[in-house]
Amino acid sequence: MKRSPADQLIIVNDSRRGFLRGFGAGSLVLAFGGGALARLVHAQEKKEEAPKYGGEGMPHGLRDDPHLFVEIAADGTVSIVCIRAEMGQGVRTSVAMVIADELGADWARVKVKQAPGDEPKYGNQNTDGSRSLRQSFAALRRAGAAARTMLEAAAAAAWAVDVAEVKTGVHEVVHAKSGRKMTFGELAAKAAALPAPKADTLKLKAPAEFRYIGKGKTNLIDGADIVAGRAQYGIDAHLPGTLFAVVARPPVYGGKVASFDAAGADKLPGVVKIVPLDTTPLPSGFRPLGGVAVVADNTGSAIKARAQLKIQWDAGPNASYDSLAYRKQLEAANRKPGKRIRDDGDVDKAFAAAAKKVSADYYVPHLAHATMEPPAALAQFKDGRCEVWACTQAPQAAREEVAKALGLDADKVTINVTLLGGGFGRKSKPDFIVEAALLSRQLGKPVKVTWTREDDLVNDYFHAVAHSHFEAALDKSGKVSGWLHRIAAPSIGSTFGPDPKHEGSFELGMGITDLPFAIPNVRLENPEAAAHTRIGWFRSVYNIPHAFAIQSFVAELAHAAGRDHKDFLLELLGPDRAVDSKLADGVEPWNYGEDPAKYPIDTARWRRVIETVTKEAGWGRKLAKGRGLGLAAHRSFVTYTAVVCEVEVGDDGTIVIPRVDIAVDCGPQINPERVRSQMEGSVIQGIGLARYGEVSFKEGRAEQTNFHQFQILRMNEAPREIRVHLVAHEDFSQPLGGVGEPGLPPVAPAFVNALFAATGKRVRELPIRGQLKPATAEKAA
Amino acid sequence: MITLTVNGSERQFDGDPTLPLLWYLRDALGQTGTKFGCGMALCGACTVHIDGQATRSCVTPVAAAAGKQVTTIEGLSPDGQHPLQKAWQELNVAQCGYCQPGQIMQAAWLLKTKPNPSDADIDEMMSGNLCRCGTYTRIRAAIKQAAAQGETK
Repeated sequence: MKRSPADQLIIVNDSRRGFLRGFGAGSLVLAFGGGALARLVHAQEKKEEAPKYGGEGMPHGLRDDPHLFVEIAADGTVSIVCIRAEMGQGVRTSVAMVIADELGADWARVKVKQAPGDEPKYGNQNTDGSRSLRQSFAALRRAGAAARTMLEAAAAAAWAVDVAEVKTGVHEVVHAKSGRKMTFGELAAKAAALPAPKADTLKLKAPAEFRYIGKGKTNLIDGADIVAGRAQYGIDAHLPGTLFAVVARPPVYGGKVASFDAAGADKLPGVVKIVPLDTTPLPSGFRPLGGVAVVADNTGSAIKARAQLKIQWDAGPNASYDSLAYRKQLEAANRKPGKRIRDDGDVDKAFAAAAKKVSADYYVPHLAHATMEPPAALAQFKDGRCEVWACTQAPQAAREEVAKALGLDADKVTINVTLLGGGFGRKSKPDFIVEAALLSRQLGKPVKVTWTREDDLVNDYFHAVAHSHFEAALDKSGKVSGWLHRIAAPSIGSTFGPDPKHEGSFELGMGITDLPFAIPNVRLENPEAAAHTRIGWFRSVYNIPHAFAIQSFVAELAHAAGRDHKDFLLELLGPDRAVDSKLADGVEPWNYGEDPAKYPIDTARWRRVIETVTKEAGWGRKLAKGRGLGLAAHRSFVTYTAVVCEVEVGDDGTIVIPRVDIAVDCGPQINPERVRSQMEGSVIQGIGLARYGEVSFKEGRAEQTNFHQFQILRMNEAPREIRVHLVAHEDFSQPLGGVGEPGLPPVAPAFVNALFAATGKRVRELPIRGQLKPATAEKAA
Repeated sequence: MITLTVNGSERQFDGDPTLPLLWYLRDALGQTGTKFGCGMALCGACTVHIDGQATRSCVTPVAAAAGKQVTTIEGLSPDGQHPLQKAWQELNVAQCGYCQPGQIMQAAWLLKTKPNPSDADIDEMMSGNLCRCGTYTRIRAAIKQAAAQGETK
């Protein structure tokens, strides 16, 4: 099935509306009237559709029907259905905690069942954007409370008493007057036959009654399976008779097979068949890249045979993509005025009157997701139906793409969601799943496609490269009076439609248009940057380069003004307020799909995380020579984070990180233990990306092919200690923020700010690698 | 024909003797606790014990295991209650969990050779095992907790 690029953009918008509507292009438009209140207008539907935010604004919305989420067996086992994908954020545990708590279930008797991809039934299942708990907490509570209400009604009926006289204890319903009790197991069948009570009649638990929510004492639901090697990931899926495939894909985005010779490869032991796969014309969206598949009776033999294939590639339009040259292009674009994003006050006048001017450029390269489990999927096409087992963050998108690729109705496709060995946004894209489905149809057998590490790094949906140029004016008192920021980066939009060559509103909204600083004269520009590879979203997305640049530059300004960085940053934030910036025509604010009235850009919360982390980290303490503290803060996914990093740099440039403190204000914390683990992981991943993370291109191809070149932080270089400071929220009716992503953006700038404090050397481009080595040592290395 | 012992069971393999042991374990024997991560001994996800020694199965031909005892995560303890497996659960070490079988197999060998490892010992023995989620601080804590409890097999 061939579709035009325009058609594709609409399809993508339909299935990923909550995320992609910020493009401000295609079928969806954001319109604004009156203050910060946004009004969503679906251009192809009713003009006056009420604004929808949060989970309600996502495709297929939210469900709270207890029949969908709670099953109780006669033996009392409570099975809770999790519709989101588990990729390390702990969602299977946290979702079950919420429902179990409202239900009154004993955690020891709770199991979790993973829902297949079926959004018309379950509501939105997309697992990215740090939104699972943030958007569905209230609905999950209602589902649990509704199931409890049904158990109570069943018990009251059995005892012929008023339902007001019965109460749920732990895994049982009690009639205090008569001392009678019935277990959940005894009540299950009768309760299940009852209709779900109406949402507005439900009595939710008071926070004081919570046994699991907010407690952080619940062990991981999959912990025992993981340590015993029983946990099942996409790469582990198996059916009797499964064949194993790897695919040789075009090494340059937009390339295709010109010719290939399988002679020799097809005679190797274990090889079953060699199958050419069609290449999707650009932009390829969620569809496979094509190439040549090798199918064998085990994956190792398929990999070995693939190396014997002689393939001539037609490299296509991106054959000359070269990261060194491209960087020069971005720098050149940022030397001239670009597309205007925001223009407050009179920047030119501020610069003319400046007592001091500061300018700096920052660069962040392409990054790869490099999930420890590479993309992998098992598919079985049989009798006009296709069943899939896959590590997917987006089972509904997978279902729709598989259906389209096979020419089936979506209801003929079943997507079983396995555990994900890391996701970070890579596994939101179902291209690898479609490959397995196509091959199963061709082979008439179950086929498992496994991406090797080389495949994963060379054919990723790469995080965008980005270049920032800043100019700032300081007045006589050292205050920032003018701020010019030019940001150039290719857009994710290029993967799904005609290349917009500018960041979309949702990309700019990750640090640029939501700039919280109280500076009277601000100009933000977004010069042109075309995409030459497959760009996708990576954990915390454009917040990474934006926060790195802005939070590094603020530290440089503090230094230039001779001020303490923390004091200077707090002063820049200005008075406590909700930030409401005027943006240029055609640029919409982006608030992660959330209601700006409920989730304003709140400088008081910015301030609180900065004050918390600096206090806890002992900001200002005396350190030995070669040591330094660095600070950075950021708001992303409607959560506020701040980091203080302590470094020790040896004379030879060796970096040791004795300690990192991170403060997070994500609203009420459902599972504080997993919030802590997400922050710890963000710190380690962020340090690793800053030190080593880079994918560079030469002649259109990614130069890094495995972990010796795309390095991930190892234990010996990890921070010795990470202290997580949670900003307390007792009121569970307050809005929740995201958790999976917001820890990452402030890590790299805090780290380089610490390196500056320790050495006086300013790192303005990532990765850091050997930049701190003395010149002689670098030569020797 | 190659004869080897996997988790106590004798197995016979008559395929390509150069096939990496990893794929024999996973695709032929269904022992999927041993993970694929890189295929070049760069990440440690595929770590198993061969005659008691931690080995990267992704670069070990099946032929190299001939006549030897192979232990995978599934065979580390009969009940999943090795002191490391217990400590890993108590400290909720895992995030996605994918690298953890390899981490635990590597740590089990570490504790066999150094029952009370220093931080430097842990760095030296564990830095070949990658974790993309960033669980290193908890891995270190879990190894120390298991070591403190002694009785490591």
